[in-house]
Amino acid sequence: MDAILLQILNGLDKGSAYALIALGLTLIFGTLGVVNFAHGALFMIGAFCAVTMQRILTLSFETIDETQKDFLGNALKVKTPYVESWFGPEMGAAIIDWSVPLAILFAIPVMLAVGYIMERGLIKHFYKREHADQILVTFGLAIVLQELIKHYYGANPIPTPAPAAFKGSFDFGVLIGYDPNVIIYPVWRLVYFGFSALIIAAVFSFLQFTTFGMVVRAGMADRETVGLLGINIDKRFTIMFGIAAAVAGLAGVMYAPINSPNYHMGMDFLVLSFVVVVVGGMGSLPGAVLAGFLLGILESFASMNEVKALLPGIDQIIIYVVAIIILLARPRGLMGRKGVMEE
Amino acid sequence: MFGMEKRDARLLMFVALLTLLAPFILNPFPSDSALAQFNAGYPDLMQRFVIFGILAIGYNILFGLTGYLSFGHAAFLGVGSYSAVWMFKLLSMNVVPAIILSVIVAGLFSLVIGYISLRRSGIYFSILTLALAEMSFRLAYSVLTPITNGETGLQVYNDDPQILMGPESSTVTNLFGLEMRSTYTLDIAGWSFDFAVGYYLCALLMLASFYLSIRIFRSPFGLMLRAVKSNQQRMNYTGLNTKPYTLAAFVISGMYAGLAGGLLASMDPLAGAERMQWTASGEVVLMTILGGAGTLIGPVVGAGFIKYFENIFSKINDSVLHGWFGFLPDSIENGLIWVLEHFVGSGWHLTLGVLFMLIVTFLPGGLVEGGQRIGRWLRRNRSEDTSSGTTKPAE
Repeated sequence: MDAILLQILNGLDKGSAYALIALGLTLIFGTLGVVNFAHGALFMIGAFCAVTMQRILTLSFETIDETQKDFLGNALKVKTPYVESWFGPEMGAAIIDWSVPLAILFAIPVMLAVGYIMERGLIKHFYKREHADQILVTFGLAIVLQELIKHYYGANPIPTPAPAAFKGSFDFGVLIGYDPNVIIYPVWRLVYFGFSALIIAAVFSFLQFTTFGMVVRAGMADRETVGLLGINIDKRFTIMFGIAAAVAGLAGVMYAPINSPNYHMGMDFLVLSFVVVVVGGMGSLPGAVLAGFLLGILESFASMNEVKALLPGIDQIIIYVVAIIILLARPRGLMGRKGVMEE
Repeated sequence: MFGMEKRDARLLMFVALLTLLAPFILNPFPSDSALAQFNAGYPDLMQRFVIFGILAIGYNILFGLTGYLSFGHAAFLGVGSYSAVWMFKLLSMNVVPAIILSVIVAGLFSLVIGYISLRRSGIYFSILTLALAEMSFRLAYSVLTPITNGETGLQVYNDDPQILMGPESSTVTNLFGLEMRSTYTLDIAGWSFDFAVGYYLCALLMLASFYLSIRIFRSPFGLMLRAVKSNQQRMNYTGLNTKPYTLAAFVISGMYAGLAGGLLASMDPLAGAERMQWTASGEVVLMTILGGAGTLIGPVVGAGFIKYFENIFSKINDSVLHGWFGFLPDSIENGLIWVLEHFVGSGWHLTLGVLFMLIVTFLPGGLVEGGQRIGRWLRRNRSEDTSSGTTKPAE
């Protein structure tokens, strides 16, 4: 039982990353009808927002400290981050420590802008063209974004630690009556799960409870009629593209401490997130979230030693196997609307 | 000629001439001049030109004719490489059984994958091929290690059985004793030209595949595939089952990819799983589209273009740029170089991505369409004063 619980927990954090990316992807597909192969790149840019924030906060100036000597006996140069000199050493150190959560504030406007520019500058011209063309041009864009990041940040993964308060593990088992050290779980992953639940809830309530969201949902159902009612639906869809980019970006920011950002993390996640989307059903937001968590949990169950002994290698391919079965057996995915992209 | 129209025969002759004379054409600079680093006429690179040419020609039979966008062709390339290396391990270093087996295995493998993925069309087909290819890549990396040798990559060891290997047999890849790497170097007054056996084997196979692809394009089968591209629904409504046709196209293009993989392994008896990664499939897509999907010559142009400029661009660095733009005022020079340095050296992929986006957006027919447009424009300019305009067919 404890092993099962542990695997469910393990699946939740992977699943929340999948769910967030797939949610953004579905927002774009459901509203604009565009297959966005650059979505993984948006996730990556989000992660690099965290790296950038960390770099900005640790910008330092050098002073020569006469009291300290290096091994040659010269006076030692000491680097002091600007924030430490402005806010005092303790406060400054705390700000640097919290750079990843602070990067959320930085990432939201950046990602909204990136999404807006992407939609107006490029995607707009591809509405009327085939899906294949959309895939190709966004694939090209993904390469461009990835190479730009590589140019400026290098090819190596950049460690971006979580705040010290969230480091270490959390003994989850004790809470529900297990012995200590049976079910332990990294704190940051718990934070990640909570954060993604929050984002998902925010996106859904935004769509459900605001007038803007209502119009967007109406546009998703029947774009033409909404347009005929005199509503500028394109403008709202552009904003939704920005929001989708922000969702992917935030998923990336918070993922940075789990996996040090590198330039190809977007491409690594892209295939998975598409698989999640088709399992959930193209264009279905709840489907994307459900499929994200489901596949995350399935993946972590498949990596249990008992399962691996039974079916070697299953942990590597379980997601794809499930996706292929679903695609062939239930063409519209788990929660896809009938008649949408079924052929 | 050979059952081809005059135009196609001329195209084939042109390509044949280009590939057979490539060692001359690609080495325009004397070997001791400063520009010699931009020569591309060394066997290793020329082999890559033609091998990826084969891959792109095959991919074009699927994507160019039927419009099915597959993101899994690298898997067939990888399977081809693996089977070729296994032939080297089990039989001997002769490339003939290796190439034959790689084509057969890739054909069978693509039959399975094609059968599954062609049950759906459009974007679902792309995602299915993507998922299946990624699955094979991951399996090759993990559980299939006994067959693929995992991360190390499959290679030939001394204690392999190699049952057909006689005491005097060559220990490098060869064609009945003719070693792939043996090269004849011709020196003419400062120029040096390399003629490698391996390159000519690949080139001949490339010409054969190009000929086959011309025949497919011009056959009733090819016409059927085009019909699938333009309107599959209508084909189905007329009571025709299009699946056998698309599946045949898929398997043919898979076999082309297997041939390319087998040749890659024949030139260098090594096979690694990274050849199967989906981004490698993406490269094939780039080549085909860049050159011009659906045209005969396009994929060859695209493959040559990408491989050539990949090689050239990665040799250009800051100091080369400074050398070129040294005549400009410093501020302009530095600004220009700051922009350009993104695109050269290791930034080649950035150039490729930008170029690819531009082509998809503005020139869906690829470089070939670009060439045609320029040709038409030139012709119009020339004939403006002589003729009173051509009659257009009514549409």
